[in-house]
Amino acid sequence: MAEQAISTRLVELLTARNETLASAWVEAVSRTLRGRISVAELDRELHELYTGLSAGLREGAFDWQGEAFGEVRALLTELSRSRARQGFTPTETATSVLALKDVLAPTADTPAQDIHAYLQLSKLVDALALFTLEVYAKTREEIISAQAEQLMELSTPVVKLWDGVVAVPLVGTLDSARTQVVMEKLLQALVDINADQAIIDITGVPAVDTEVAQHLLKTVVAARLMGAECIISGIRPQIAQTIVALGIQFGDIVTKASLADALKHALRNSSADLPVNGGQA
Amino acid sequence: MTERVPVLKIGDVLLVSIQVDLEDQIVLDLQEDLASRIVDSGARGVVIDITAVEIVDSFVGRMLATTAAISRMLDAETVVVGMRPAVAITLVELGLSLGGVRTALTLEKGLNLLARPGIDRPAQR
Repeated sequence: MAEQAISTRLVELLTARNETLASAWVEAVSRTLRGRISVAELDRELHELYTGLSAGLREGAFDWQGEAFGEVRALLTELSRSRARQGFTPTETATSVLALKDVLAPTADTPAQDIHAYLQLSKLVDALALFTLEVYAKTREEIISAQAEQLMELSTPVVKLWDGVVAVPLVGTLDSARTQVVMEKLLQALVDINADQAIIDITGVPAVDTEVAQHLLKTVVAARLMGAECIISGIRPQIAQTIVALGIQFGDIVTKASLADALKHALRNSSADLPVNGGQA
Repeated sequence: MTERVPVLKIGDVLLVSIQVDLEDQIVLDLQEDLASRIVDSGARGVVIDITAVEIVDSFVGRMLATTAAISRMLDAETVVVGMRPAVAITLVELGLSLGGVRTALTLEKGLNLLARPGIDRPAQR
């Protein structure tokens, strides 16, 4: 009952000085954002929010998770998403909402019951600001994982060098997730192109440790299982030293210093294909 | 009555094309059939086509290796052909590298592999 009265009073107050308050809010926010977003756009966003908030209160609820605030939540989601994409900080994003509290702050001559109403409203705004931040964080997470995925896609091309010869130029650090992608793509390419020679070029791999070597070995063994011969090329001097120092055994896997050497080897193998398998069957 | 995988004879090569889900009993039966067919026909090579096999477990992986070993005992070279990428990855993850089993991408390449070396192996350079 009391809550109902408070929200009615709030709606009264908010609508009475509708334009002044909303404009003050816009001004307060635009000051913190320092012109990185156009005033017109901000004006539109905040006015919509203001109207939504009034409407929500008119429905008579302070429950920000309720039905009445669906509109407000949608607006806030949109706002914080666009802020996150444009690279605003969390503080700047949250301030957009929290500035409303300053604008509405009671003055010395505010009657006592209005102060009580203000406190209720302030709680509501806090909750909404938290919600905004949460959406902001979630959007950031989404952006990061999307970028990671793109990076993964970008960094693992399988190229056809010759009839029956494919190569994977690896660039960047190999971890198990990437190895998985590389392996899958390479094996699929073997099937699609009907290639029986595969070259893994590790010129762009900055460092090889036991883990990376393990991943490489796995890929080679998988390719062999499918009936393709795998060559590792592009081993730089330092990397060769590291591999030997770590005691990593590449076994009977053919390794070459340069991609050109590897291609020569692959071509000799695939065309003659007589003396190749003698050694390892 | 369990299904049996047919063993086909092409020249002096036996072809086993696995088109069914590999259950343990089928695999064991196949091993038995194959061994006796090699002896009966005096085959020189065996091609196991697993193009249609989508799922393998460690038992099937080991069976491939064992079958190859048995065939070799009977003087027949085994080539496993048409392994799918997913199957190859699974086997690697299971730690089965099928040492001693020869592989080829397609049936055609597998048959070529058997046709070349082996009996008429040229003198090593």
